[in-house]
Amino acid sequence: MKQKLVIIGNGMAPGRMLEHLFEVAPDAYDVTIFNAEPRVNYDRIMLSPVLSGCKTFDDIVIHGDGWYVEHGVMLYKGHRIAAIDRAAKTVTSEHGETVPYDKLVIATGSNPFIIPVPGHDLPGVLSYRDLDDVEAMLLAAQSREKAVVIGGGLLGLEAAAGLKERGMDVTVLHLMPTLMERQLDPSAGHLLRHELESRGIDIVTEARSARILGDAKVTGVELKDGTVIDASLIVMAVGIRPNIALAQDAGLEVDRGIVCSPTMATSDPDIFAVGECVEVDGRVYGLVAPLYEMARVLAGHLSGNPSQRFIHAETPTRLKVTGIDLYSAGDFAEGDDREEIVLRDAAAGIYKRLILKDNRIIGVVLYGETADGSWFYDLMKKGTDISEMRDTLIFGSAYQGGAPLDPTAAVAALPLDAEICGCNGVCKGTIVEAITSKGLTSLDEVRAHTKASASCGTCTGLVEGLMAATLGDAFNPNAVKPICACTDLSHNDVRRLIRAKELKSIPALMQALEWKSSGGCAKCRPALNYYLVCDWPGEYADDYQSRFINERVHANIQKDGTYSVVPRMWGGQTTADELRAIADCVDKFGIPTVKVTGGQRIDMLGIRKEDLPAVWADLGRAGFVSGHAYAKGLRTVKTCVGTDWCRFGTQDSTGFGVRIEKFMWGSWTPAKVKMAVSGCPRNCSEATCKDVGVICVDSGYEIHFAGAAGLDIKGTEVLGHVKTEDEALEHIVALVQMYREQGHYLERIYKWARRIGYDEVRRQIMDDASARKAYFARFVFSQKFAQVDPWSERVSGKDKHEFKPMATIDTLQAAE
Amino acid sequence: MNAIETKWIAVGSITDIPREGARCVEAGALRIAIFRTVDDDVYAIEDRCPHKGGPLSQGIVHGGCVTCPLHNMVIALESGEAQGADEGRATVFRTRQRDGLIFVSGADIASAEARQPVSTAA
Ligand SMILES: Cc1cc2nc3c(=O)[nH]c(=O)nc-3n(C[C@H](O)[C@H](O)[C@H](O)COP(=O)(O)OP(=O)(O)OC[C@H]3O[C@@H](n4cnc5c(N)ncnc54)[C@H](O)[C@@H]3O)c2cc1C
Repeated sequence: MKQKLVIIGNGMAPGRMLEHLFEVAPDAYDVTIFNAEPRVNYDRIMLSPVLSGCKTFDDIVIHGDGWYVEHGVMLYKGHRIAAIDRAAKTVTSEHGETVPYDKLVIATGSNPFIIPVPGHDLPGVLSYRDLDDVEAMLLAAQSREKAVVIGGGLLGLEAAAGLKERGMDVTVLHLMPTLMERQLDPSAGHLLRHELESRGIDIVTEARSARILGDAKVTGVELKDGTVIDASLIVMAVGIRPNIALAQDAGLEVDRGIVCSPTMATSDPDIFAVGECVEVDGRVYGLVAPLYEMARVLAGHLSGNPSQRFIHAETPTRLKVTGIDLYSAGDFAEGDDREEIVLRDAAAGIYKRLILKDNRIIGVVLYGETADGSWFYDLMKKGTDISEMRDTLIFGSAYQGGAPLDPTAAVAALPLDAEICGCNGVCKGTIVEAITSKGLTSLDEVRAHTKASASCGTCTGLVEGLMAATLGDAFNPNAVKPICACTDLSHNDVRRLIRAKELKSIPALMQALEWKSSGGCAKCRPALNYYLVCDWPGEYADDYQSRFINERVHANIQKDGTYSVVPRMWGGQTTADELRAIADCVDKFGIPTVKVTGGQRIDMLGIRKEDLPAVWADLGRAGFVSGHAYAKGLRTVKTCVGTDWCRFGTQDSTGFGVRIEKFMWGSWTPAKVKMAVSGCPRNCSEATCKDVGVICVDSGYEIHFAGAAGLDIKGTEVLGHVKTEDEALEHIVALVQMYREQGHYLERIYKWARRIGYDEVRRQIMDDASARKAYFARFVFSQKFAQVDPWSERVSGKDKHEFKPMATIDTLQAAE
Repeated sequence: MNAIETKWIAVGSITDIPREGARCVEAGALRIAIFRTVDDDVYAIEDRCPHKGGPLSQGIVHGGCVTCPLHNMVIALESGEAQGADEGRATVFRTRQRDGLIFVSGADIASAEARQPVSTAA
């Protein structure tokens, strides 16, 4: 019998604990989680980017629904545990669900502290802790009225910056004389205040709130000195309190937090705790790095490795407000036994201060330039004696030992065990090892493989520096290139912002994203048009003038200005009637060249533009529709004859190819998509060099993707094996939809998949059934608007102007 | 016969052309692309890219330029000059708009006609 592990709370700490646990002991427990929040585990740290609009909730999900299914975890969403019965070893939720446990983990996090002033419970007073708070803030921000944030610490300032970004008029009230006084000294606090004020955020320090005003809802706040500040939204971000009520009611030992040993055990040996609700050695924590360390220790204990101990470590703090670089760690109070080294560069807005004791760094505050944070932190953590380099220490690692070095050299100079990513505790050695052994070349890949810079993202610069140092010229940090000269934004940025800011037309997008040219260019316009078509099916009106001529007239322009036409032959199959119609058409219009293509189609070349509608009319009468040979879309599904004829065939490959093509034709994609279905592993339809390929086998269908046979030649990767044709279709469609949503315009599937990681594609399409079904559903929805035959539309008169000259003039008349 | 205004030849109405699009006017062996910008300015250029003769009328119109569909040369609509590092110039024709009608300079057409190679298929 498996042991029953029950977890109360589904935050970042237990999420990480389970990852470790499933890695070493996947089958040790039946896991049940109760979460008061009605959702999966997400990156709480990144709520600020969601508030400011840089990210969406989907971007910050850590474990999607599929993850719980895959690991057999029972997750109760929106179930708060009301009581623990230690004698019976059960927990009971507010909805009355009672579940027994062998081992129990309490991970209830913290509660935001609400100052109990009169009016604190009025509608419009919010805390800042979870997605519901963010959604409530976004709703309030639509009014573009005034907001007051009470609390000038990390959370309060991130909320203020986000609300400002969303168009509200923001005032921050802070009790202390300087901002973020727990992490910053007064000088850095002052620089920060100055920067925020220059962005239009009002800051009032030494502000004591007396009461919150309003009857039915908030109208403002009154300070002890009588000042009244109007506001329709008040966010309280004045601190957190470990959430210990449940543990306390159950008679466990609590103090500030739930008292735990360094092995994460509470006073009951079958009950553990992890995360912000925990107190170890008299300390409680509010940043993820130590919580992740607790998670590692607890996973060790639960999987029978009792040697792990939680050890206290200082965590550096950074503020996640775009354009503000701020880093602090350690202790920086003044004292007789302490010395300091300060560097200021007023013009550049830089302030750096090191606090020393016995020739060792005990505190660091950096403002304006934080690249050396990790280096100082490393010296601090190791207690390195700095007397030798004291004179140049403050200039950072680049200045040690001779001539100044460039920033890449600074990262290169860090020891291998220096911590690069504080949130995920990833050190330099781990990253370098992953880069070299796995051949990683992009930041996204490094994130996918090591988690470095995947949480709060402030160490991105360091990780890039490390990639440059490791890969030399092979690393191109500008891999995130702007789309074109009209913008500084990359394809990724633009795609993300289209969704986050709900941009639904090209002019709206160019305005909101501050395009540098008035009407874009031939590079960005088709890309933007595609992104909008893909993201807002049914809402966005396709802008034909932003399409390349081939897609505008549904034929392929040739070097002499004539066009070629390829009718669709589903799965590469045709009939005598179809061939006869093609032959007649060739004769009637004097079409000079007819050619069989590599995708099993017939191409008619050299047709004058004026003749196109008439050619299509004739082909249409024979039942042909457009073959989209001109489209960044589904081109062809090539097939072999399969079980119909072939003595080796294992499945109906032709029938399946036709089915895929009928399901998917008409959809627009970032670049062209070519597919093939082979009826057996002899692979006569060459499925293993296609964007998506299927190899039929006796036991079902092997799905392949990311092949190439053009400028680049590349065999496909295996996506996975499925048993039935229906499943194969669902997987293929989901894969293509994932690519449609993430690909950069003109990026073929193999490049996209390499960029985001083949495993990531497999994870979402093969392992995460709910993600797959959601992709599938979105594709099906968008097809409602896409499956219109463009040829018959034009035969019946659409875009007539495209095919006829506007006027013919008599040249004699001109000469008159 | 088209209406004539001394040497200004009416070729159609501005609404015949989509914004950020073009349509062609044929004058003997000459093919002239009439462009309409987002701001409803109208330009007339010979429908031949100075690079390899591509049909400029089929290109994407952006701001005051068009990008040739064959090899992406960018041509300024007003001057016919190739932009950026490219060199070359397409023949341009003066235009006028009145009451929604577009007129092209007859003199410009006549002089471009005169420069056309003599032998045409006709
Ligand atoms: C806006 C914001 C920005 C932040 N920025 C940073 C940062 O830059 N760097 C950093 O290191 N940290 C940051 N943090 C802090 C970090 O997010 C937390 O330290 C971390 O999420 C705590 O994890 P946890 O698992 O202990 O608790 P939580 O993630 O809070 O999860 C606790 C969960 O338990 C649930 N729960 C509570 N009681 C019950 C019950 N009785 N029954 C069932 N479920 C219950 C709650 O609903 C909640 O979902 C930030 C926090 C916020 C809010």
